Amino acid sequence: MSVSNKYETVVGLEVHVELHTNSKIFCGCSTAFGAPPNTHTCPVCLGHPGVLPVLNKQAVEYAMKAAMALNCTVADISKFDRKNYFYPDSPKAYQISQYDQPIGEHGWIDIEVNGETKRIGITRLHLEEDAGKLTHVDGGYASLVDFNRVGTPLVEIVSEPDIRTPEEAKAYLEKLRAIMLYCDVSDVKMEEGSLRCDANISLRPYGQEKFGTRAELKNMNSFRSVQRGLEYEQVRQAEILDGGGEVVQETRRYDDAVGKSFSMRGKEEAHDYRYFPDPDLVRLHISEEWKENVRASIPELPDARKARYQADYGLSSYDADVITASKKLADLFEESLAYTKDAKAVANWVMGDLLGYLNANNLELSDVKLTGQGLGEMIGLLEKGTINGKIAKTVFKAMLENGKLPGQIVEEQGLVQISDEGAILAIVDAVIERNPQSVEDFRAGKEKAIGFLVGQIMKETKGKANPALVNKMLLDRLS
Amino acid sequence: MALFDLRLQDVHNKLKGKELSVAELVDSSFERIAKTDSAIGAFLSLNEDGARTQAAELDKTLQAGGERGLLFGLPAGIKDNIVTEGLTTTCASQFLSNYKPIYNSTAAGKLNAAGAVTIGKLNMDEFAMGGSNENSSFHPTRNPWNTDYVPGGSSGGSAASVAAGQVYFSLGSDTGGSIRQPAAYCGIVGLKPTYGLVSRFGLVAFASSLDQIGPLTKNVEDSAYVLQAIAGYDASDSTSAKVDIPDYTAALTGDVKGLRIGVPKEYLGAGIDPRVKEAVMDALRVYESLGATWEEISLPHTEYAIAAYYLLASSEASSNLARFDGVRYGVRADNPDNLIDLYRKSRSQGFGPEVKRRIMLGTYALSSGYYDAYYLKAQKVRTLIKGDFDKAFQQYDLIIGPTAPTPAFRIGEQVGDPLTMYLNDICTIPVSLAGVPAISVPCGQADGLPIGLQIIGKAFDESTVLRAAHAFEAHTDYHKLRPQL
Amino acid sequence: MSITLKDVEHVANLARLELSDAEKAQFTDQLNAILKYAEKLNELNTDEIEPTSHVLPITNVMRDDVRKESLPIEKVLLNAPDEEDGQIKVPAVLES
Repeated sequence: MSVSNKYETVVGLEVHVELHTNSKIFCGCSTAFGAPPNTHTCPVCLGHPGVLPVLNKQAVEYAMKAAMALNCTVADISKFDRKNYFYPDSPKAYQISQYDQPIGEHGWIDIEVNGETKRIGITRLHLEEDAGKLTHVDGGYASLVDFNRVGTPLVEIVSEPDIRTPEEAKAYLEKLRAIMLYCDVSDVKMEEGSLRCDANISLRPYGQEKFGTRAELKNMNSFRSVQRGLEYEQVRQAEILDGGGEVVQETRRYDDAVGKSFSMRGKEEAHDYRYFPDPDLVRLHISEEWKENVRASIPELPDARKARYQADYGLSSYDADVITASKKLADLFEESLAYTKDAKAVANWVMGDLLGYLNANNLELSDVKLTGQGLGEMIGLLEKGTINGKIAKTVFKAMLENGKLPGQIVEEQGLVQISDEGAILAIVDAVIERNPQSVEDFRAGKEKAIGFLVGQIMKETKGKANPALVNKMLLDRLS
Repeated sequence: MALFDLRLQDVHNKLKGKELSVAELVDSSFERIAKTDSAIGAFLSLNEDGARTQAAELDKTLQAGGERGLLFGLPAGIKDNIVTEGLTTTCASQFLSNYKPIYNSTAAGKLNAAGAVTIGKLNMDEFAMGGSNENSSFHPTRNPWNTDYVPGGSSGGSAASVAAGQVYFSLGSDTGGSIRQPAAYCGIVGLKPTYGLVSRFGLVAFASSLDQIGPLTKNVEDSAYVLQAIAGYDASDSTSAKVDIPDYTAALTGDVKGLRIGVPKEYLGAGIDPRVKEAVMDALRVYESLGATWEEISLPHTEYAIAAYYLLASSEASSNLARFDGVRYGVRADNPDNLIDLYRKSRSQGFGPEVKRRIMLGTYALSSGYYDAYYLKAQKVRTLIKGDFDKAFQQYDLIIGPTAPTPAFRIGEQVGDPLTMYLNDICTIPVSLAGVPAISVPCGQADGLPIGLQIIGKAFDESTVLRAAHAFEAHTDYHKLRPQL
Repeated sequence: MSITLKDVEHVANLARLELSDAEKAQFTDQLNAILKYAEKLNELNTDEIEPTSHVLPITNVMRDDVRKESLPIEKVLLNAPDEEDGQIKVPAVLES
């Protein structure tokens, strides 16, 4: 499918991020994922008659932190409102949310697509409670309700309609995720539902200022699926417009398995949420002092780190981007630099061997035992010639698995590079003697033959011979 | 004097002096209920087994000299919108007729801790919506003074049971007058504390920004004792006030000399029964004789209070009662076609007409396009009404007027005319909107039906309210009158 | 502003109430009477007045992020009209 070049795509994203507090936003029940159904519930989150909510301070501070990290202005006065609607996963038949006085407003994040930086505005960030989970049974005629997730604190982050392509949408989500991880306010795992995304997408002819009619796209459960869903939707809408039709304002469910979106019409009716201030909760007055305390807990964010890595360590924009996309990765990178000065070498190992290994095995950094000290010291051993590149690969793999320091691994496995000329000379001579044909080839001017001989020597020494020394001695002998 | 006529202090002394056991006291309560409640209908459920078991335990404690506080061993009734773990809590609604609480309200927990014995759950207007107890889903409560008359509402069962001597005190809830008005109609003392003084945790919400739990008692001293037991900050209620709780009985000095009283002309204007007005004027003369002074004042926004109140309270109620959807508890309608049908049928079968009417009004007032005109407007008017009180309290220590414009009306007299019924609350609603405390004490009778005097104080100044009420009581005999049952 | 039968039907739908024709007619009349009475509020100019949603000057009521024990499942399901596998059972939302 190709995208019509007549229309400009306009996308705004609504992202829900679960805050990883210990307890729920309005009661003391655990927020841990994966418990047996309804075992993390109490009269308050089950919406029994007469219960009252009491706000979790940590949830407010995480929301403030997230808002600040997204460059939002944090409100001086904020409040909670009730959003009224009936649904079995919503025990009170209203969701406690924020309507006109959200925690944060007017923020932005910078994304980079095709080497260009673009600023995406953030309209607002507000705090609210999550709903429960429905499972469909009896052939779809009945549903079971698990209220464990009810009351998990969420921030909803609404972007301005500044996104113009599906790639930008994906880059926005990746940056948003990185910032949330840096702030340590959420696990942001889309597969566990701790990050969820809905998209508003419309098309308009280039040059037209007025937005086209938008569709709201739901049910995208990975960043890729967001990108693919938007790609599908822009083609669908373009075809409608090209055919002289009108896009219907509606909610559509994207099915990633078939790569199509489907209208959810009929499942909903005109919503009238009847927002009003929740009389069970009191206002938040957010003082400058409180704001400053929260601000002080925000670490250096990806953009700042990236700029620093480029300036201080001479990393390329791309490398710096990849490394700073994850706080843990960037922390490992910096930790390594306490043990070696060669930042580029560290970057190469991180970008190549480490990420290669993680991607190939579908692992997270936290799943491996490598430490920054280990990586830094290993690069030091390489510099000193204690180990060679080949040994380093072995050491690196061992560090991923057992987290030991390279010195110990080298010693335990006897991996020290052989730099003793006498020992190497004996092997060089033996290999020359066993391979007269290769020696002759080399002398006849076939340069390649030397590679074979070096390989034989390395094999003989189990890769431990200093390759530079082997080369030099072999050449000395043959000339 | 019959046992049930005694002050809490006197009963307490009898228990302490071993003249009486808790078991005997509890038995006498059930006997009185057996004798009178078929005519009154104050109770929705009785806690006979639980109360007797508790009484036996309390008697052991008593024998060991471990009785604590004045409420120890005293039979009490609790309005059925206050959640009591182990006792069905129905809010007098068909919808909750099978509801078994899985937690306890803070107020009921405090009474338990003080050793009071819950005798049963008291009838009310469904979800506290009404002023006559005719809106109970189960049966109306009748006025002990004349069973053709309403006991008032919504805490009609709470008032009638105390007036009939079935329990020594009861808890009610007041949103727009629901403690004070039935206390007035039944000739007893009803106190609505300052909003935030008594925890709302476990009070099934009608209008969250107005609801307060309070005591209904035979006299002011008893009221002070019960308030003492239930008042105080509760971390489970975000709207609970962190204020120091004074010794309320210490305030009952009998001395009102120098107190400045404002009497709002709006509370004695058109619509007031002349006999009620006369009773209030008599009361003011009592205060004068005791050295207090009074002046007519104006609370100029009074005439807007009822409209503002019904919009605000109904709006909050429409949201508060949405949780009664038939999913997790309550009576689920049989054989619904689908989920939406389950909601509609369960709610329509479970709620009575007044509840539906208020849900409709509130839903409409909050709905798109009308919010500013109704809900927001009413909130602004609430500011003006509160301002009236703030201003008056700069000059006066108390505001005094009638509790209700008339004595109790006949059962059935105002059914079908909701607006007229709403207008009965003219003297109590402004007080609720301002959030300040007020007490109703008996101040006269008309044709054998009691009249209530409303004494309104500054926020968290229950002490002055109780002091003035107590002084009035000490110089009058209205509180000693008892209905013939 | 006057409320019509259609408004009553719309509001009943929002509130998930099923009303008989008689109830609809009665509520239309009664709500009109109440709302007409409420128009009294328009006599007051409230342009400069702040709304009161709370009478108490309380702000920033929060609790620490401490876990408390949840209910045993028997209590969670004690009042459940229908349940299966420790969960509350309801009819699925059907497309209308």
